[in-house]
Amino acid sequence: MVAKKGSRGGTVGEDAGEELSRVPLQAILLADSFATLFRPITLERPKVLLPLVNAPMIEYTLAWLESAGVEEVFVFCCAHSKQVIEYLENSNWLNQPNFLVSTIESYNAMSAGDALRLIYEKNVIHGDFVLVTGDTVSNMPLTQALKEHKERKKRDSNAVMTMVIKQSKPSPITHQSRLGTEELFMAIDPETKELLYYEDKADTSKGTLTLDKTMLLDRSSISLHNDKQDCYIDICSPEVLSLFTDNFDYQHLRRHFVKGLLVDDLMGYKIFTHEIHSSYAARVENYRSYDTISKDIIQRWTYPLVPDIQFLQNSLTKLERRGTYRASDVGLSRSAKMGPFTVIGSRTTIGKHSEVSNSVIGEDCVIGSNVSIDGCYIWNKVNIEDGCRLKHAIVCDGVTMKSGAVLEAGVVLSFKVIIGQNFVVPAYSKVSLLQQPVKQDSDEELEYADNSSGNIEITLPNTADVLEEELRTEVSDLQIQAASEVGGAGFIWSVGEKGLEEEWRHSVAPISADRLVEIIKSAADELDISNAESNILPPSGELGLDSGNESDDGRDDLTHFENEVEATFLRAIHENVEEDHIILEVNSLRLSYNLASTDCAGALFYAMMKYAVDTPHGSAGELLKITDGVIGKWEKLLKYYLLSLDEEIEVILKFEEMCLESTKEYANLFSQILHLLYDKDILQEDGILRWESEKEQADESDKVFVKKAEKFLQWLKEASEEED
Amino acid sequence: MDFQVVVLAGGFSKNLVPLVSKEVPKALLPVANQPVILYVLELLDQNDLKYAIVVVEGESAALLISSWISINFVDRLHVEVIAVPEDVGTAGALRAIDHRLTAKDILVMSGDLVTEIPPGAVAATHRRHDAVVTAMLCPVPVSGLSESGSSSGKEKSKKTSRYNIVSLDPTKQFLLHIAAGAEVDKDVRAQKSILRAVGMMEIRSDLIDTHMYAFKRSALQDVLNQKENFQSLRRDVLPYLVRSQLRSELLSNGVQSDENSNGQDGPPDSKIVLSQLLANSSTPNFHDIYALGLAGSAPMRKTHKCCVYVANKSNYCSRMNTIQAFTDINRDVVGEASHLSGYTFSAQNNIIHPSAVLGSKTTVGPQCMLGEGSQMGDKSSVKKSVIGRHCRIGSNVKIVNSVVMNHVSIADGCSIQGSIICSNVQIQERAVLKDCQVGAGFVVSAGGEYKGEALAKKEKF
Repeated sequence: MVAKKGSRGGTVGEDAGEELSRVPLQAILLADSFATLFRPITLERPKVLLPLVNAPMIEYTLAWLESAGVEEVFVFCCAHSKQVIEYLENSNWLNQPNFLVSTIESYNAMSAGDALRLIYEKNVIHGDFVLVTGDTVSNMPLTQALKEHKERKKRDSNAVMTMVIKQSKPSPITHQSRLGTEELFMAIDPETKELLYYEDKADTSKGTLTLDKTMLLDRSSISLHNDKQDCYIDICSPEVLSLFTDNFDYQHLRRHFVKGLLVDDLMGYKIFTHEIHSSYAARVENYRSYDTISKDIIQRWTYPLVPDIQFLQNSLTKLERRGTYRASDVGLSRSAKMGPFTVIGSRTTIGKHSEVSNSVIGEDCVIGSNVSIDGCYIWNKVNIEDGCRLKHAIVCDGVTMKSGAVLEAGVVLSFKVIIGQNFVVPAYSKVSLLQQPVKQDSDEELEYADNSSGNIEITLPNTADVLEEELRTEVSDLQIQAASEVGGAGFIWSVGEKGLEEEWRHSVAPISADRLVEIIKSAADELDISNAESNILPPSGELGLDSGNESDDGRDDLTHFENEVEATFLRAIHENVEEDHIILEVNSLRLSYNLASTDCAGALFYAMMKYAVDTPHGSAGELLKITDGVIGKWEKLLKYYLLSLDEEIEVILKFEEMCLESTKEYANLFSQILHLLYDKDILQEDGILRWESEKEQADESDKVFVKKAEKFLQWLKEASEEED
Repeated sequence: MDFQVVVLAGGFSKNLVPLVSKEVPKALLPVANQPVILYVLELLDQNDLKYAIVVVEGESAALLISSWISINFVDRLHVEVIAVPEDVGTAGALRAIDHRLTAKDILVMSGDLVTEIPPGAVAATHRRHDAVVTAMLCPVPVSGLSESGSSSGKEKSKKTSRYNIVSLDPTKQFLLHIAAGAEVDKDVRAQKSILRAVGMMEIRSDLIDTHMYAFKRSALQDVLNQKENFQSLRRDVLPYLVRSQLRSELLSNGVQSDENSNGQDGPPDSKIVLSQLLANSSTPNFHDIYALGLAGSAPMRKTHKCCVYVANKSNYCSRMNTIQAFTDINRDVVGEASHLSGYTFSAQNNIIHPSAVLGSKTTVGPQCMLGEGSQMGDKSSVKKSVIGRHCRIGSNVKIVNSVVMNHVSIADGCSIQGSIICSNVQIQERAVLKDCQVGAGFVVSAGGEYKGEALAKKEKF
């Protein structure tokens, strides 16, 4: 053992070798994705045990970790933890000589953050470790990345994490990668490879992304990437665990932890990236990546993790021409056709005139005659009767498809579902024996919290046998009801809140051409929006070749302040912050910029109007309505700052300025909105009239809006006279 | 000839007060005793660009410049000087001479540019990509040139002003984003649509926009006519073109996108294009892909290309637009960039005009210049300075890191450091000037001590 470590240390680097040899390389494998994208399948079996080209996903991860020189792995199980542990106990992983696998079980972890906090408490990690999820397929060597990480750490103790990334340009149309993940924007220092910015849930409503100016202070260039994929393989220093403990609100590895570190410049922790070029690394995140990665495995990108090489637990198959793999004991009828890139597992029989292409078929399946299967993933013990047609579907263990049943593209049949004769399962539907949980929080932001429902499942009997038994009874109870849904046994899950619209994104089926055309069309509209946004940039008033570098500080401060107030206001809208808090925030902003309260009123008003005009609208009338809504909603807030006439005049002046400069759309609505503000008691009569009188001495050009509001002013005056 | 050269020579720049005066507009300020505009014109001459339009702000400045050019370049270049009203800005200046622009492409240069980078390189890049605009960028000089006496001013300027922020594609050929003017000091806002199309952009803060642009004439005129409030090429026109490169609003650009689609294999089959896009195929030109992206369904997307030419680091390139830059360029042209000056240096690495007279024990150090007919008294020393024509310098005078223009008289015992002394200035005995600018015709009284001041006669501009 000692000798082995020594030799490994040698490859890592001679000076680091000694130090390394004392701490074995450890890895944390999260056997729970803390997500719900694989439902309904994952209600019955944990994701890491789902077969990927006829071997459970966790096998790929463990085999890779072992080959990459990891010596100790902690498998963290949460959902269906018993199944995972049982599986590992039955496998050979727990008694490998140089590869220690131990499990950590938890019943209440709801996120990766919880898992890491728990592991920290156990105090089992002693040095740098590799953090992966149990659905990772990779063949990358870790030595280089580890070496870089350690060297960086030595120079800068704040370099706590190295993220593995890989080139992959998302589709310009769907804005998702080939793995079906959302497009990712990253800013990386090209010299040091430090990660500076990470945005994976891109806000599509914004046409631009904003990098903090301080990033360019101490470096002369930044590369901004939209063409990289996050492999979710992280090399972490032990500090990462304590960071999770210190920040108990970190849940998601990327959304909270990575972003948290990037934003926080107080502690100065840094994240670096390591790009791999020739090796493979990907994570089965959703059905589309399941499809993509399966194809990559069949096409041998993941060598040596391919079907014809036996790493543990998969049945041996033989590679034949055209990328087909066949176990030795497959019962293939003479007239059956086996298309390219197909894998067929042991003891499976295929009947006459059936065609299989681009598909994976598991063990002990019985496929009848005249069946056509294209692009499907059929797991074990599936019974497909004559004349069925399947296209781009996932069919789990024990499913029976009665003769003539049809699966349209993107269908998922969970365990033991029975599809009735000649029944056509509509595209993108998911069928399960279990009923869809009533509580639907498919809001992805709450993914981690969503697992609470997963935990309820755990309190149910956990082992497969019991579950099966229960299912059987359940089936009989619900058979009548379920039968009506699929003509056999199973419920068709209704699509989540996001609706069918989004379902195609993550399904196994390729995106249809019609859909693409649709997206392109809507993309054109999107462009127009971003177009409008970027056109707001005011043309400079500065002149000529002489670049005036001195800018008026006072004015600068004011614009800064206005921007801050606007940001605060927008945050308030999006996060439902209470008015009191906004007032507090705005006040503190005012103090820090050393401005008068009149400026607050102006800035807040500006923010509201800006928000209103930024809300998509068609006609001027619609804009007026939106403005009415916004002002109405935040009336109180605005009034808080309108203490005297001065503030009111400031608001009108601000509005005038907006009409002239940034938001010309208001120009024609000037009088109407003034009236609106009057109606809402935001502006008093005196204020408006004072504004008018102030303007009297101004230039003709300044009086444009006074003229626009002439009628209204007239009316005001008359009204007041009447009162007198 | 299909490249038309327009030199924007400015007028009486406010940034360079008190150096400029009614007699000396910016373009005629001396760099190593020659007007700065000479360097641009020489560059054109060397590159065989024999026709140029020089645009000057203000009639009087135009007269001065045109008379100077007609004397000095009479048989070498065909130069036409056109006066435009003051304060119209660079875009305004081009708008004013709109009718004079006839060639397919326009090369716009700033009249205060001192460089050796051939404009032909920019033109070639421009042509190669059929771009609507090509900007020349040059790397920021690495060394801070900190040896200069005016280090305090230098540090200050470094802190307050950052250079341009530009984004390039990985091949460093296309300009994807440019922050100009006040935006430079704000957060960087990159357009996602462009980033998506390119995949990766490199944001650089170490490149300077040298104000040498090649424009496609039709596009330039389109923008100038459509956007009447655009005043500056650098701050308005260029950023606008860059911003809108994937959704071009240029009318006359339709021709170009047609060319794109008819490129290689006739009308593109929408399916092929889609499959290409899906397969993440990376073809060299993202504009074309993007334009084709809609070919299957929606109307053709219009794009135009904004290119850059990034100059080699070893090339000298600087613009004289601040007082600091004036000092730096003068120092550089007699110092490290001496090949630009066109003079031959002596063995001591300086230039002393044969007609200049030096008193006994007077030394003129390396990287110095002493103009025609200037006289120096005894025991004086000149270090790293440029002294103009017909100056009279007394005894025991020290001149370090300074620029002294023509007809200046400096009496005995003066000390001048890091200062700029304009023409016809009189400096009386024992005056001490440090980091000062002395305007034309000013009289510094005897024994006066000044530090970091701008001294000038009351003159109304």
